[in-house]
Amino acid sequence: MGLKSNLHNLKEKYKGTKMAPAFNALHTFLYLPNDTTHNGTHIKAADDLKRTMNTVIMAMIPCLIFGMFNAGYQHFSALGTPVDFLSWDAFYIGLIKILPLVVVSYGVGLGIEFIFATIKNHEVEEGYLVTGMLVPLIVPIDIPLWMLAVAVTFGVVIGKEVFGGTGMNILNPALTIRAFLFFAYPTWMSGDKVWIHGAVERTKEIAAGANIDAISGETILGSLAQGHHIDYSISDMFFGFIPGSVGETSTFLIILGALFLIFTKIGSWRIMLSAVVGALTMGLIFNGVVSSGWITETSKFYTLMSTEFWHHLIIGGFAFGVVFMATDPVTASQTNKGKWIYGFLIGFLSIMIRVFNPAYPEGVMLAILLMNVFAPTIDHYIIKGNVKKRMKRLKVKTA
Amino acid sequence: MALLSKKDTKLITDPLLDNNPITIQVLGICSALAITAQLKASIVMALSVMAVLAIGNVVISLMRNIIPSKIRIIVQLVVVAALVIIVDQVLKAFSYELSKTLSVFVGLIITNCIIMGRFEAFALANGPWKSFLDGIGNAAGYGLILVIVGFFRELLGSGTLLGFKVLGDPIEKTGLYALGYENNGFMLLSPMALIVVGIIIWVQRSRNEALIEDH
Repeated sequence: MGLKSNLHNLKEKYKGTKMAPAFNALHTFLYLPNDTTHNGTHIKAADDLKRTMNTVIMAMIPCLIFGMFNAGYQHFSALGTPVDFLSWDAFYIGLIKILPLVVVSYGVGLGIEFIFATIKNHEVEEGYLVTGMLVPLIVPIDIPLWMLAVAVTFGVVIGKEVFGGTGMNILNPALTIRAFLFFAYPTWMSGDKVWIHGAVERTKEIAAGANIDAISGETILGSLAQGHHIDYSISDMFFGFIPGSVGETSTFLIILGALFLIFTKIGSWRIMLSAVVGALTMGLIFNGVVSSGWITETSKFYTLMSTEFWHHLIIGGFAFGVVFMATDPVTASQTNKGKWIYGFLIGFLSIMIRVFNPAYPEGVMLAILLMNVFAPTIDHYIIKGNVKKRMKRLKVKTA
Repeated sequence: MALLSKKDTKLITDPLLDNNPITIQVLGICSALAITAQLKASIVMALSVMAVLAIGNVVISLMRNIIPSKIRIIVQLVVVAALVIIVDQVLKAFSYELSKTLSVFVGLIITNCIIMGRFEAFALANGPWKSFLDGIGNAAGYGLILVIVGFFRELLGSGTLLGFKVLGDPIEKTGLYALGYENNGFMLLSPMALIVVGIIIWVQRSRNEALIEDH
C-alpha cells in the first residue's frame, strides 16, 4: 500500500469527525482528490490556490538559497577570515541557522491553521504556505526561535484568523509578523548587531570579558541613517553581498523572481512598476532638495537624502517587499487603476519613511502595511468613479 | 432578609459580564488603552471611576425630579466635574507619583462615556439606592476589564506585577530571563491594549452566543 492509499484510508476513517479537515488537507496537498464533480458545467483550471502558492514559493527559493550562502559569507567576512561565496563553509552556516527559522515558521503557522480548521470545522486553507516561506526571509538571521514562534502565532491568529482566515485578512500576515517582532523586540530587529550571524554573541562575550574584536553588522540603511558612508560597490548591493535580513539582499534574484511571477501572471506588474516609479519620484524629490541647497550637511537627514535616487531600489528590503509582499492579491487593491495608486504610494511612502525616520530604516514594511489598510478605500472610490461615469453615459443616451 | 434583593444583585453582577461597559457597550475605551500599561495605575483608575460614578449616580438620582430636562447635560457635567476634581486632589495629596502616571486621564474621567451614559440611562429614572448599586456595578465591570488588561500588559511588557519582579530580573538575568526570555515591548504600546481588549471580547462572545450581534 502506498502513501496515497494510506492517506485516503485515513481520510475515510475520520470522515465526519473533528479531525477530518486535517487529514483532508494532507491528502489534497500531496495528491489529487479521489472524488471529482459529477454533473453540471465546471471551469477547469490548473491554477488553484495551492498551485498559486507553490509558484510564489518557487520564485522565492533562489532568494532563500542565496540567503544561506550570504549568511555564512557575511559571518566569515566579519570575523576577518573571508571564505569564497560559493563554498560549503559559507552554506553550512546559513543552513544550520536558517533551516530552523523555516521549520519554526511552517511548524507553528500550519499548526495554528490545523487547530483553527479543526475547531471551526472547515477545510485547512493553503494561505500559510507563502507566508511561512516569507517569514524566514524577512527576519534577521540571529532572531531567537521562540520569538519567531510567538510572532507567528500573533500574526496568524490576530492578523488572519480573526478576520475569517485566508482571503479575508486586511493586513499581509508575513508583514504583521515582522511588524510585531519589530515593535515587541526592537533589540533583535534593528541596530548594528543582529544582521550578521555571531555578532550578538560576540558582543556578549566581550561584555563578559573576552579579549576579542567586536563584529559590526550594520545594514547599509542603518549606517546611512547614522550618517556614515558605505564602502559596498553598486554590484555588491545589486547582487546582494551585503548584510541584511535573510532573503532580501539580492536584488538580482528578486528581479528574476519578479519576472517569473509576472510571466506566470501571479504577481501584478502594475503594482511592481508603480512602486518603483513612486520610489524613484520620492528619491528624486529628496535629491532635488539636497542639490538646491535647502538642507545643510549637518542635518541628520543629509546622508540619506543625498543617496542617489536609484540606489534606494537596491538597498534595504524595498525590492523584496514590493515584489513579494505588496503584490499579495488578498491585501492589495483589486482594481487595475487602484493598483497603480496603491503601488505608487507604497514606493513613495517607503522612501519617505526611510529618510525621515532613521529609527525605522525599513520603511517598506510600514508603507505596505499602511497601504494594505487603504487598499479597500482606493478600490471603493475607483469603482464609484466608474459607476458615475457609466451613469452619465447612460443619461446622455436616454436624453 | 438578604442584604440585596435579587433585582438589586443583578444591578451589580450584570455589568460585570453580559452587559460589560467596555466589552459589550464599547464605552470608556480611551482610558482603557491609555493607562493600562501598569496594573497599579489600572486599579487606581478603576477605583477613581467607581467613586465618581457611584456618588455621581446618587447625586443625579436625588436631583432627578428637579432638573429641567433641557439643561440636564450641563447639570450632569457640573456634578461629574466637581467629583473628578475631588478625586484628582485626593490622588495628588496621597499618592503624587501615581497621579503623575495617570496625568490627564484622571481629569478626562469627565469625558468617560460610561459616566454620562449611566447618568442618562439609569440615574435620571431610578431612586438613589438603585442608582448607587448601578454605579458600583458598572464601575466594577469597567475596572474588571482594566485590571485584566493591566495584568497582562504589565506581566508581558515589563515582567512585573504591581512593581514586583515576578519573572526574574532582566538585568541580572535571573528567573525566566536566564533562559533567554525577553519582555515584549509591544505590550507597553497602546495598540496592544486594544488587541488585548479585542481578545477579551472574542473569548466572551464565543462563550456566550447570545452576545453575538446579527449582521
